[in-house]
Amino acid sequence: MKDEPLEGSKSNQKFFEETKKELEMRKLNKALTVACGLAAALAMTAPPALAWEPTKAVTFVIPAGTGGGADQMARFIQGVVSKHKLMDQPIVVINKSGGAGAEGFLEVKNSKGDPHKIIITLSNLFTTPLSTGTPFSWKDLTPVAMLALDQFILWVPADAPYNTAKEYVEAVKAGADRQYKMGGTGSKQEDQIITVAIERQTGGKKFTYVPFQGGGTVAVQLVGKHINSSVNNPIEAVQHWKSGALKPLCIFDSKRSTYNEKVTSDKAWSDIPTCMEAGLPVEYQMLRGIFMPGGVTEDQVKFYVDLFQKVRETQEWKDFMKNGAFNQTFMSGEEFKKWVENAEKVHYDLMKEAGFLAAGK
Amino acid sequence: MEEIASLMQGFAVVLTPFNLLLMLVGILLGVIIGVLPGLGGANGVAILLPLTFSMPPTSAIIMLSCIYWGALFGGAITSILFNIPGEPWSVATTFDGHPMAQKGKADEALTAAFTSSFVGAMVAVIVITFLAPLVASFALQFGPAEFFAVQFLTFASFIGMGRGSPFKTLASMCLGFALASVGLDNVTGQLRMTFGFESLLNGFVFLVAVIGLFGIGEILSSMEEGLSFSGAQAKIRMNAVLQTWKRFPRLWFTFLRSCVIGCWMGITPGGATPASFMSYGLAKQFSKNSSNFGKGEIEGVVAPETAAHAAGTSALLPMITLGIPGSPTAAVLLGGLMIWGLQPGPMLFIEQPDFVWGLIASMYLGNVVGLMIILTCVPLFAAILRIPFSIIAPIILVICAVGAYTVNNSMFDVWMMVVFGVVGYVFVKLGYPLPPLVLALVLGDMAEGSFRQAMLLSQGDLSIFFSNWLVSSIMGLGLILLFWPGIRMLIAFAKPKPQHA
Repeated sequence: MKDEPLEGSKSNQKFFEETKKELEMRKLNKALTVACGLAAALAMTAPPALAWEPTKAVTFVIPAGTGGGADQMARFIQGVVSKHKLMDQPIVVINKSGGAGAEGFLEVKNSKGDPHKIIITLSNLFTTPLSTGTPFSWKDLTPVAMLALDQFILWVPADAPYNTAKEYVEAVKAGADRQYKMGGTGSKQEDQIITVAIERQTGGKKFTYVPFQGGGTVAVQLVGKHINSSVNNPIEAVQHWKSGALKPLCIFDSKRSTYNEKVTSDKAWSDIPTCMEAGLPVEYQMLRGIFMPGGVTEDQVKFYVDLFQKVRETQEWKDFMKNGAFNQTFMSGEEFKKWVENAEKVHYDLMKEAGFLAAGK
Repeated sequence: MEEIASLMQGFAVVLTPFNLLLMLVGILLGVIIGVLPGLGGANGVAILLPLTFSMPPTSAIIMLSCIYWGALFGGAITSILFNIPGEPWSVATTFDGHPMAQKGKADEALTAAFTSSFVGAMVAVIVITFLAPLVASFALQFGPAEFFAVQFLTFASFIGMGRGSPFKTLASMCLGFALASVGLDNVTGQLRMTFGFESLLNGFVFLVAVIGLFGIGEILSSMEEGLSFSGAQAKIRMNAVLQTWKRFPRLWFTFLRSCVIGCWMGITPGGATPASFMSYGLAKQFSKNSSNFGKGEIEGVVAPETAAHAAGTSALLPMITLGIPGSPTAAVLLGGLMIWGLQPGPMLFIEQPDFVWGLIASMYLGNVVGLMIILTCVPLFAAILRIPFSIIAPIILVICAVGAYTVNNSMFDVWMMVVFGVVGYVFVKLGYPLPPLVLALVLGDMAEGSFRQAMLLSQGDLSIFFSNWLVSSIMGLGLILLFWPGIRMLIAFAKPKPQHA
């Protein structure tokens, strides 16, 4: 065990201040009776909190069902942590998917001050309370870190007559209202929000949005041409791209993907134009972040930030990111909090415009 | 043939001592997971998934898929012995399996269940081996309208279930539909009938309801009958397995039909649970011993078990070839594939032949090993029934409670289980059939979803259900089955009776 109880300049400063205070207190104590002084000194010199570590198994809540994107990432993290022994205590993963994830968020909200509970979030952190009116918000939780941003891509069948997002939008404009069918995961969640955002560009023509249970199903429904397009995450549709059944039109990010390794025989993720440059000014990414219950200490948050930093450095994580063409932005602390604040506002505006807000929101 | 060569190569991959050991461990773990209600294959595999990250992917998938086979086998044990379905797809097995156990024929019922599971799984693996590319393209034709047609067919084939008043059947089914609609509505994204209770966010979980309705209800009934356990006179016959096998050749058509239903439902993917119900319903409709169904008819065990396993096994096919999971457990395995750096989908066969054919070879071996292990245990399982009720009942109660809790890590579910137990007891007392309720609870949600998706696609035009040959033929079949009791009466009426001829 190191003598220095804390690392990092901020914490060190705090430590010195505390020690100084202690010394002053001790001077005072001299005036007091021996017994009293001893007791006080003992209490005061108790080691000022060694870096916090979990003392029991950590519960990792997934506000989504088994097999989905959040579930995969959480279980992957669990595996990486145990394989590389990044933590002494085990991680226990549980799915609490009820009410579009509300069940999971409420569980964490109600565990105020419990440092042995973390939750992985997807966009339902914002969309579920807004659309269902379930009483929770990210402000009930402590933001820990952004692990990555999941991308969305506009997919159409490979033999569709349009080759750019612009052409597709024109086709929708020229067609009858609700003639084009957009498939997506769930209702009033990220996929439908993107759909509504695209509809701003289609001259009043709407899509028929068809909600399915999971992203994999959506991709297959698109391959089977039961729908005209989807906004699947890269990992959900990549195999169909490789096999030549689907083609990507544009990526809903401000910049092109950084992965330039060939995915199909002639295309890489980085070859997909952003929707902006393809003539469809829509941007959307999904947060894959970690939160803790409210009322936890800074030390406790720091432990998890460090833990996830270590996870990010493993080769497995890098491969995982590459397979899913994730945007590898990492954030923590104030910066992350600001991002979340902003993201909530973006969701609120988009959902308000689409009429997705629950009564009273 | 190319497939056979590839398969042989797959066997070469699997047949290492390490992989065989993993297979054995997987099967045993799976049986335990299957026996404990609520834990379920999906949870079991999810819990063990991270442990496999340090193994080579092929070994990992062998172990995990063997857990899955084990769970499929194990689910039947508690269904037959205690009327508690360990897995959703073994609900239909309780209908005749448990009455058989009560008549002291538990060993026969278990043998029938295990053997039919094996047959179903084997047929499905053979389908996967030789028809994978063909079948994959067939599955692509399934849109929401086709899914609804399949679900409709399941309901229709089950309509003959109620022995008693059709109104009681209808009432029971409607209650099931009502319960199924609680929770989040996937089509509108709104909460329904939760009345602001956070505990109801998740809706009524099928497994919790089933554990209560069947398991707890059964215990309440047994208590009323003076704490006697009707299976107590079970004889332990070492040759039960052979005796039961002798009766199988007669049932070849039931086997065949159930395999077809199972493979089809697994691939489309409709799932093992609807497959087992549909198969049971059809077996009952067309059996010579129709009136004996529900009282301990061996055909009533064979049909659902064969179909459930054929479906459970073939559900892995859409997972490998299309990346869509055919069952919750397949969904977790799918996540595993991605974590190991393998991307399921049409390219997997080409990119990772060792992995795919290793997995397929392990399906053959895993099921053979599983059957051998589990059949040797039949007398042992049957002997459990000789334990006095006063000892076994508290144990069952605890297992049920743990099972209900595990489903969602929620104490609320345990109370729900107790409530459902009382409901189950009252239903039986008043002569209301439970199966329609259970069927509506498990399928109501899915059928509603598919129906509304189809309606969205067609802008509310019902003709979408007859818009192509596939959906029309399934719907047509469903309609015929729905009115089958009536049609049969008409045929009997129209046909001149022999004695008058």
